[in-house]
Amino acid sequence: MIKVDVRRKAFGEEEVLRDIQFEVDVGETIAIVGASGIGKSTLLRLIAGIDHDFDGKIRRPEKIGMVFQEPVLLPWRSVAENLTLVHPELGSEAALSGLERVGILDKARLFPGQLSLGQQRRLALARAFAGRPDLLVMDEPYVSLDPATAEEMLALTEMLIAETGPAVILVTHSDVEAQRLARRHLRLHGRPATITSELATGSASVFSGVHHDRA
Amino acid sequence: MSKTLQHPAVARALSLGLLLTFWIAAAELTADASVLPQPWMLLGPFAEALASGALPYHLGMTLWRVVCAFVPAMAIGAALGFLMGRVPAVDQWLDPWLVVFLNLPALVLIVLCYLWIGLNEAAAILAVVLNKVPNVATILREGARALDPSLGAMAEVYRMRPLARLRHVILPQLAPFIAGAARSGIAVIWKIVLVVEFLGRSSGIGFQIHFYFQLFDVAMVLVYALSFIGVMLLVEALILQPSERRVRRWRTA
Ligand SMILES: Nc1ncnc2c1ncn2[C@@H]1O[C@H](COP(=O)(O)OP(=O)(O)OP(=O)(O)O)[C@@H](O)[C@H]1O
Ligand SMILES: [Mg+2]
Repeated sequence: MIKVDVRRKAFGEEEVLRDIQFEVDVGETIAIVGASGIGKSTLLRLIAGIDHDFDGKIRRPEKIGMVFQEPVLLPWRSVAENLTLVHPELGSEAALSGLERVGILDKARLFPGQLSLGQQRRLALARAFAGRPDLLVMDEPYVSLDPATAEEMLALTEMLIAETGPAVILVTHSDVEAQRLARRHLRLHGRPATITSELATGSASVFSGVHHDRA
Repeated sequence: MSKTLQHPAVARALSLGLLLTFWIAAAELTADASVLPQPWMLLGPFAEALASGALPYHLGMTLWRVVCAFVPAMAIGAALGFLMGRVPAVDQWLDPWLVVFLNLPALVLIVLCYLWIGLNEAAAILAVVLNKVPNVATILREGARALDPSLGAMAEVYRMRPLARLRHVILPQLAPFIAGAARSGIAVIWKIVLVVEFLGRSSGIGFQIHFYFQLFDVAMVLVYALSFIGVMLLVEALILQPSERRVRRWRTA
């Protein structure tokens, strides 16, 4: 289970986040939405443990996968090595089957720079799932893709999530993506940003206002 | 025609040929072989020095000193520069030292090392290393500052092991800076080694140049100097350039 309790996050004088509390269960997918520049990526970096400089506490599992806003690959290592170097416990066969599942097996020996952006994002997705993470963090994984490719990637992500069953925290601008993948939506709003509404779509109950549970 | 002229090897050969032409013309104008001999007049002394074993011996000694100074200078300079680029506190404290050492003439360091440590091999090598470390550190500091934070974040999230991080994330980003430091490093180091040998060693190219300088033997001075330049060009062509090409392969693929 993931438990996020961010009291305050500031860059110098500029306070970006305040009082953000929520939990994510195993196998649950939540979406974080909000205007550009509100602090979504900042929050994800705290959750993923990249940035430790904040007031509050976050409980997270050991194995985390992350899909960044950009693909963030090692351009000097081959496509296959981008999986095996990041996940040394992964055999080369498992790496290749990971590439096959995202449809870029034939690119295994190329360098990332020789791939299209869509293919690079597929590789980033394969890398995120290859470690069988307990928590998957995704920061707008489908931006700047054409609608057809974005749809393909979305379907691919759904399939991989179903297979691996991690808790997923997804940041997105697209309501369609949020609806498709996540049952719960957290909206960030204000300056400093905080959770102003939590919606559960589908059959689950609907919250309104801030959802506090300080245990 | 212009296409062949642009070929790197052709352009290189032509430009060296031009230098040779200047030499011949200058020697012609001087018309005194004891001041500036014609290039072909060096062949005899060169063959003699080669056959007697003196040239290979002194060449080897100098090359050995260059290697002995190059390796620690690169290692220490790279480590220092990397730390300075990553940790602002270290940079604040070491930057003034760097400025001092960068502006200290090589000759001063050499003389001081000889005075304090004595006229021995350790002092010679140390003098060269001290001369080169600040340079390497300055270049590597720039490299460390230019490291991509998003790759660092990626390595952090996926818990890459420190050694794998160094090898596959950090070093490839530093490679151009390391190559630059190595290039300029080799060039500077062998010149300083020569001065060190000139002042206080009894072997090496610098020592031989000192010896023939006292005899006013311009031909032998040139033979020794040019032989070493030849060796360094070979090192450049056979080691530095191929390894740089290999490291850069992903850029051109
Ligand atoms: N390293 C930093 N130093 C200073 N300010 C920062 C830093 N990183 C982010 N910020 C600021 O924090 C705020 C939130 O940025 P963040 O990247 O989290 O936004 P976002 O919600 O992800 O936006 P987008 O949807 O455009 O990606 C912005 O005002 C930004 O300027
Ligand atoms: Mg963002």
